Amino acid sequence: MAEIGIVHTQYFSLAEQGVESIVLESGVRFGPITVAFETYGKLNEDASNAILICHALSGDAHAAGYHERIGHKEGWWHAAIGPGKAFDTDKYFVVCSNVLGGCQGTTGPSSLDPATGKPYGVRFPVITIGDMVEVQFHLMRYLGISRWLAVAGGSMGGMQALEWALRYPKYVHASIVIASTGRLSPQSIAFNAVGRNAIISDPDWNGGDYYGKRVPEKGLSIARMIGHITYLSEHSMERKFGRKLQHKSEFSFDFSTEFAVESYLHHQGQKFVERFDANTYLYVTKAMDYFDVAQKYGKGNLKHAMARIQSRMLLLSFSSDWLFPPQQSQDLVDALAANRKDVTYFNIESSYGHDAFLLEVEKEEAIIQRFLDASGRLWKGGSR
Amino acid sequence: MKHIEESLGMRVDLGIIAQWIQPKSRVLDLGCGKGELLWYLIHQKQVQGMGFEIDEESLLACVEKGIPVIQRDINLSLKDMEDKSFDYVIISQTIQQLQHPDRLILESLRIGKYVIVSFPNFGHYTIRLSLLFKGRMPKSRALPYEWYDTPNIHLMTLRDFKDFCKRYSIYVHQWWYFWQKKGGRWMFFPNWLASGCIALISAE
Repeated sequence: MAEIGIVHTQYFSLAEQGVESIVLESGVRFGPITVAFETYGKLNEDASNAILICHALSGDAHAAGYHERIGHKEGWWHAAIGPGKAFDTDKYFVVCSNVLGGCQGTTGPSSLDPATGKPYGVRFPVITIGDMVEVQFHLMRYLGISRWLAVAGGSMGGMQALEWALRYPKYVHASIVIASTGRLSPQSIAFNAVGRNAIISDPDWNGGDYYGKRVPEKGLSIARMIGHITYLSEHSMERKFGRKLQHKSEFSFDFSTEFAVESYLHHQGQKFVERFDANTYLYVTKAMDYFDVAQKYGKGNLKHAMARIQSRMLLLSFSSDWLFPPQQSQDLVDALAANRKDVTYFNIESSYGHDAFLLEVEKEEAIIQRFLDASGRLWKGGSR
Repeated sequence: MKHIEESLGMRVDLGIIAQWIQPKSRVLDLGCGKGELLWYLIHQKQVQGMGFEIDEESLLACVEKGIPVIQRDINLSLKDMEDKSFDYVIISQTIQQLQHPDRLILESLRIGKYVIVSFPNFGHYTIRLSLLFKGRMPKSRALPYEWYDTPNIHLMTLRDFKDFCKRYSIYVHQWWYFWQKKGGRWMFFPNWLASGCIALISAE
């Protein structure tokens, strides 16, 4: 089949399923909730080919294909989703939704609070990765799927894939956790904290109430710049920029943007501000910081936590990823192995740092295709 | 790296090891290659199987078969594995190719109730004769490499292995001696006649 062409984002309200509100992990009851999602490929008759793709911090429901016309707004994981690709849409029905708290269609801090008719801002409740999964669970029901063939994601998407396997073990046949972790290291929490501080200390943030006014551009773009530093590796920065100057050959002896790496970060910061909501950045990074599967499911013991898992597990890490280091994946793998779970693990050699999960598509494809094929066979042969 | 049994053109090892392994037991295959043995055990013996492997092509072959496999260099420590977390640990990737075969065998005896090892016998008469008459490092079907590029850095004889077991109080439950394309549990002068062997061992 040809490539995925033009796709449209669809919307569904949990109220359509009779769910007016859900109880968040914080104990707060919250609703109404609308979910933005896209689907690629066809759901088969017995609904045994559905794969949920979970996006990372800055992603959205638009994972593959194009909006409006070919070439316009390519999905964030277009390289991995499509006919003959890692997630082969000739075989599988692929679903991706914007997370709870997001800013691309799913209810988040920039959505209108029906009680006030104004955007929530910081009145939006603090959410967790578990709450994101809870919302996806209702989407699954809405789509007529009783069990995912696989739930997959990288980075924060990997956290959701892992949370799915723990929260709804019977509803996931296989989980693919890429460049992710069972909990952030203090180093990663520190980077998130600095990003949040940049936003909050921007006067335009205005206590989270900036909708319809000047948005905290400076703060959000600095947060994004910090993020981008953590997504690259020393080696990939060296190769990509070196000490090159942007559009000149000599120092200008002032504080303008001079180095190519500076220019790149500025550019990334600027681009981000145009499409992303600063409050979503605060909420979603907080959800990542709170994520700790050992704490939540094993009273602090990772092995006990992993005992709940019933799905086949595939974990991938990247050798140069220092934001979600391979060791954190290996800890999960060891805990799964100690429970003799069906776990497969690759540490992919790459110099791209954390970004590798979006760039090393070829290497991922070889593994993911085989893993999904085998998972499909095992589904038919009865689950383990 | 090749399995000794593959090099010898034998697949009897599958049958032998399958005979030794109790159905539905927990099996860890260190250096599981393309996962043939695990596939056989999972499907014929309903074991809970898992493999460690380092070679990428072999890893992919395992994933394709649906065998749980973890990319890990078994030359590195296995200290994160819990005591007796498996019924059988198989070192099917010949131990003579390891940096520290002693450590790996002892670690395996800690994490497995039983350990199954296989290795080529450097005391085989053809090897002895080859060294005696040619005066060069012997080569054979099981050991086809030049001295300078061989992965076999810790070659030993059957007698060496028995000494090792004695020294570390390792109990040998079963032997399987390879003889040409067949083999048996018993053999006269095995250190002369067996081209290789499989042993089922445990900590005493």
